[in-house]
Amino acid sequence: MKNNTPLFKRMRENRLFWPLVALALIFIFNAIFSPGFFKLGILDGHLYGNLIDVFNNSAPLMLVALGMTLVIATGGVDLSVGAVIAISAGMGAVLINPVFGNEEITNAVAADPNLTNTPLWLVVVVTLLAGTLCGLWNGILVSRAKISPMVATLILMVAGRGIAQLIERGQIMTVYYTPYFWFGNGFILGLPVSMYIVALVYIIAWVLVRKTSIGLFIESVGLNSKSTYYSGISEKNVKLFAYTFCGFCGAVAGLILGSYIHAIDANNIGLNYELDAIFAVVIGGTLMSGGRFSLLASIIGALIIWTFTITMYIFGVPANALLAGRAVLVLVVILLYSDYARVFLNRLVDRKGPRHDATN
Amino acid sequence: MTQRIKLFLLNNGPLLTTILIFVLVYYAGGQLYPKMQKPQVFFNLFINTASLLIVSIGMTFVILTKGIDLSVAGMIALTSAASAAILLKGVNPVLVMILMLLMGIAFGIAQGSIIHYLKVEPFIVTLMGLFFTRGMAFIITLSSLTIKDPFYRYLALTKLHIPFFEKAYLYIPSLVGPLLLLVAVYLAKFTRFGRTVYAIGNSEQSAMLMGLPVARTKIAVYAFGGFCSALAGIVFSISLLSGYGGYAPGMELDAIASVVIGGTMLTGGVGNVIGTLFGVLINGTIVSILQFNGTLSSWWTRIGVGVLTLVFIGIQSLFYMRKKHS
Repeated sequence: MKNNTPLFKRMRENRLFWPLVALALIFIFNAIFSPGFFKLGILDGHLYGNLIDVFNNSAPLMLVALGMTLVIATGGVDLSVGAVIAISAGMGAVLINPVFGNEEITNAVAADPNLTNTPLWLVVVVTLLAGTLCGLWNGILVSRAKISPMVATLILMVAGRGIAQLIERGQIMTVYYTPYFWFGNGFILGLPVSMYIVALVYIIAWVLVRKTSIGLFIESVGLNSKSTYYSGISEKNVKLFAYTFCGFCGAVAGLILGSYIHAIDANNIGLNYELDAIFAVVIGGTLMSGGRFSLLASIIGALIIWTFTITMYIFGVPANALLAGRAVLVLVVILLYSDYARVFLNRLVDRKGPRHDATN
Repeated sequence: MTQRIKLFLLNNGPLLTTILIFVLVYYAGGQLYPKMQKPQVFFNLFINTASLLIVSIGMTFVILTKGIDLSVAGMIALTSAASAAILLKGVNPVLVMILMLLMGIAFGIAQGSIIHYLKVEPFIVTLMGLFFTRGMAFIITLSSLTIKDPFYRYLALTKLHIPFFEKAYLYIPSLVGPLLLLVAVYLAKFTRFGRTVYAIGNSEQSAMLMGLPVARTKIAVYAFGGFCSALAGIVFSISLLSGYGGYAPGMELDAIASVVIGGTMLTGGVGNVIGTLFGVLINGTIVSILQFNGTLSSWWTRIGVGVLTLVFIGIQSLFYMRKKHS
């Protein structure tokens, strides 16, 4: 049988295989039913089209998924990323806001696109710092206070949106400062800025994880925390690093999202991102129990989620009803990844060879 | 004798702390805002947290087996939307309620089966459940549907006067939670099912080796969770007299926080249902203090609940460590 060639088997066992198959299926579906999907055009010197939209929209999710991958690889989970996005984006908006506190933004302020309270670099630094601190807090709770990851991050998930509202004094902050919009809406060489940011963070993460021993430590903590400790690796610091990095990724996502929307609503920005990020990681084939992980697979996972979403938008499915479609997608993925399905599929593909030998 | 008292305190420490904190918070509220001393404010807690209490009771059992059910809020929204849509067609309201409860149980069984037989993390399965139920609710209706059924209106608007208290009243749906609580206490403490739930939470492997019906119990627990969410959904739609897919946002977190504040450990096997009642009441008290204050904003509720959860986890681990040492 042709299917039994080692190449196919090797492909099947590669962790990028299933995510790529899923992505390809969605693309094929699009190619058949909505030919306009792949059309790319040039407008104002940059590319536009559905594919670019997919990349631009999925950038925050990709970032969050990167951080989430490391956290899940240590055997934990970070439920607070949505709240971290809200907090860090909120910090940025408050700093930009030309008038302090509860004062109303007048029309004169709104009309001036370059009015800001703080220089842009400071806004970016504080945004990133806020998210990183949130991650550090999670990391300290998990690694030092020994609270189970789900509960520890649940605290920030519940309280975080409250904190974000506190920062913004319960208002939806509209941003009028034009340079800030560059992160979510700008283009470099015809491609969205957010894609470059994702690439940058990915390279940083990849170098940290694959070119130093941190990646190995993370995997070993996820596989067996205790034995890692006995082999002389500070499993606490590995966990602390993973959560802090996740917070940092959430902050970058918050920066892009806030600048993309032009307004920060503490209750809705980054809503359900924790769930989507976990999905992306799971679709990428990283086990929830921790252990081996692949950053690229998680990014593809995020891409799958958004390609699916935009495809559904094209077909006129309402955004809210899409939740059910997404759930079905996840159900399929879960079934594909479950041990039963894996055994079943492998048997289905491998069965014919040995059986022939046996019967002959 | 002192040894026995000590043991009692250690065993029931988290529960007693929860009750103590509830009393303290309520007393502080009463001192700050004298109007909070009125009995009606106390009964309002039950009216306002009616569906949260029901959901939290189901959640307690799920958490006791070391699982988690994130789909509860979605189930509430789906129940409200579905029952509103069916009632518009003029179907008998009692039949609608029974249908909704069956739907909840069936959904719970489906979730439990996937969790147990396909060995998928409960967290992921129920997350999918949350998305699925909310999505289905939005497929049923994209806007809020009003319920005009006379039976639902009767249930929603009839005041039950409390004996011995002047002017104090409850609504019929707010009695469902306390009644369910009695059933839940009976289930947890006095039935084989309850003991099996605790055993599974402590160690599923040992429970299996002891010959306990792990599969049946686990699926039953999720079915009970689904039943509770559907029941909460019915109560919710009665109290609002409408149905919409976006209702009860984030209630799964409130429920989990209430269960944790009530002294149930998320690692499974430790905790009890009565604590959950007080967890829910603390949640309600914080909300009503904020309402009485008026100037404090709603975000303090979330921060308050977060801080309380943190404090309680600290208290729990303290008691747990003490118990281990003694």
